[in-house]
Amino acid sequence: MSGEHILSVDHLTMRFGGIVAVNDLSFGAERRQITALIGPNGAGKTTVFNCITGFYKPTAGGMRLTHDDGHSIQLERLNDFRISKQARVARTFQNIRLFPGMTALENLMVAQHNALMRASGLTLLGLLGVPSWRVAEKQAIDLARTWLVRIGLLDRADDAAGNLPYGDQRRLEIARAMCTEPALLCLDEPAAGLNARESAALSELLLAIRTEQGTSILLIEHDMSVVMEISDHVVVMDYGVKIAEGTPQQVRDDPKVIAAYLGADEEEAIAVMESGT
Amino acid sequence: MSANPAAPKQASRGPGAAFIFKKALISALVALVLFSLMLGVRTEAGSDGQLTYWTRFGDLAAMVATVFGGSIVMELLRQWWGPVGTIRAVPPKVTSALALAGRGVAPLLLIFTFLVPVIFYNERYILDLGILVLTYVMLGWGLNVVVGLAGLLDLGYVAFYAVGAYSYALLATNFGLSFWVCLPLAGILAAFWGVLLGFPVLRLRGDYLAIVTLAFGEIIRLVIINWQSLTGGPNGVSGIPRPTLFGIPLSPGDDGLAAMLGIEFSPTHRIVFLFYLILALALLTNWVTIRLRRLPIGRAWEALREDEVACRALGINTTTTKLTAFATGAMFGGFAGAFFATRQGFISPESFTFQESALVLAIVVLGGMGSQLGVALAALSMIGGFELFRGFDQYRMLVFGMAMVLLMIWRPRGLIGHRAPTVFLERNQAISSDLVKEGHG
Repeated sequence: MSGEHILSVDHLTMRFGGIVAVNDLSFGAERRQITALIGPNGAGKTTVFNCITGFYKPTAGGMRLTHDDGHSIQLERLNDFRISKQARVARTFQNIRLFPGMTALENLMVAQHNALMRASGLTLLGLLGVPSWRVAEKQAIDLARTWLVRIGLLDRADDAAGNLPYGDQRRLEIARAMCTEPALLCLDEPAAGLNARESAALSELLLAIRTEQGTSILLIEHDMSVVMEISDHVVVMDYGVKIAEGTPQQVRDDPKVIAAYLGADEEEAIAVMESGT
Repeated sequence: MSANPAAPKQASRGPGAAFIFKKALISALVALVLFSLMLGVRTEAGSDGQLTYWTRFGDLAAMVATVFGGSIVMELLRQWWGPVGTIRAVPPKVTSALALAGRGVAPLLLIFTFLVPVIFYNERYILDLGILVLTYVMLGWGLNVVVGLAGLLDLGYVAFYAVGAYSYALLATNFGLSFWVCLPLAGILAAFWGVLLGFPVLRLRGDYLAIVTLAFGEIIRLVIINWQSLTGGPNGVSGIPRPTLFGIPLSPGDDGLAAMLGIEFSPTHRIVFLFYLILALALLTNWVTIRLRRLPIGRAWEALREDEVACRALGINTTTTKLTAFATGAMFGGFAGAFFATRQGFISPESFTFQESALVLAIVVLGGMGSQLGVALAALSMIGGFELFRGFDQYRMLVFGMAMVLLMIWRPRGLIGHRAPTVFLERNQAISSDLVKEGHG
């Protein structure tokens, strides 16, 4: 089983002073599958994300990422930007972090920075404008165009990202993360603030990324309709510990999960129960 | 101003008279309090050092009356213009017209610059001013990489200017190296110092970064003053060789350029040569910057200015990205410094005070951070405009300051605040300055 895991989180603990945000958490995300990390507000989900993507150094425990070729990397030993560059883990943010003053296309070009840096001979060849650089640049634009088509934003490619509607910004951020060609895509509440139609489109996009790109996805989500529809595996957290794990159906019927949601937020618990019936 | 937008004229005239009068009265009262001591009483030290004073109530009354009248006129003007919902600094029509004009301005300005030595061949003053303006254009473009593109507020840019100037001065006077050998060396040395400065400030943001860069600029200047054995201290370095046209000196001698071409020697030749030299250097800076913006490194600089956290999440090494921005900006500063040294023939630490850093930063901010044309226009108006106001004598600074304030009210994000995208699919449209971030560290 563990050989199939692209990411295995092993006894992860994160303390902030006296507060234990994540306590001895272990779970795995399977290859080419969508794993959802859910839990009430303040359960420690985003902290787990920040550990995986290198924004926090965990107090204890480890996270191992295994690539398709069997090569594995301990994520806690890498510095922030190397997690994206070497381990090929990409992420989006709970509060969208696009480059608002750059166009949608430019946002996707920045995402291909490392590949383009190599192609431009660390800028020198690019400065001289050698043909191989021009080819690489064109390829990068084509990749960006492909993603703009997939998220339905081709006609707004030359508009500033900050000018796009909220839902489009969410999708653009996912496309930007995908332009780094990641092995594991971490999405922090991708459906937050989306209406029902946009949520459905998002589910479709994520399923397409999984099947067509073969990218494994780890997502935090509060929108249970999205979680139940697309997840292959669900991990439930509360107060920094894992309280349940399994398929969406198993988790939905788990009394501990229902209790956790009831204790934290009545509406969400009802949403869980209703989506099960 | 008016509650009913359908009938603004009538509505504003009703409560107007009392309102205007009251407002003018308050303004006059404030003026009275302010000016009663400043204008009303004049003090001076008498012949034996005792205090003598006399009153000037006439002047005071005139001032207060002016404020009172001015306030009424202002209010009437405002009503005549009609109510303004929100203060829009620039109407969209003007913005688009300016953008259109902007496309024509750059080539025209360039052609004019090329022709300046031809048109003003006999006017030494204008040629010297042109060289000065171009030096600041180049410095502005260099600092623009750091402040405008990467969003790193650098208050010590003059340090790199100084490093470039002293590099050339010392290498040329001690080892007899020619200007063309020293020019790249000065750039490399300045870039090296840029990286050296970059390292300690990598973790700093905003105000803290500004203070450390400010300190760095002062450190360089103090080292130059105190390291007497190398730099000559406050006496500076003199006898710096003049530039040669690839080995041919521009001197009256037999081996000079004039003799070689068989024309009569004139000191203006050297000035014209210097003019074209700094123009070439500035255009090189511009060309490299424009190219860099379209390369991944330039996009990473701008992305860094927009959102550093997102950059790291995309696998961009923010450390090297910041360092390359510092190094590139410093290198251009170094080139400009070497040019400065060869033009002056004498340099001393006095030329590299904080004043210079502030001036160059003002040019970048005024021009619109990140805009090449804006920086060039700002340098022209700052340096050229300052000369233009020479006729105002002691009020020069006052008029100049007021012009700056008005400009910043009119265009808070600089002359050219919008950003041109580095790559586009269909439409090359400018991005409004409201969206572009200024950077925070």
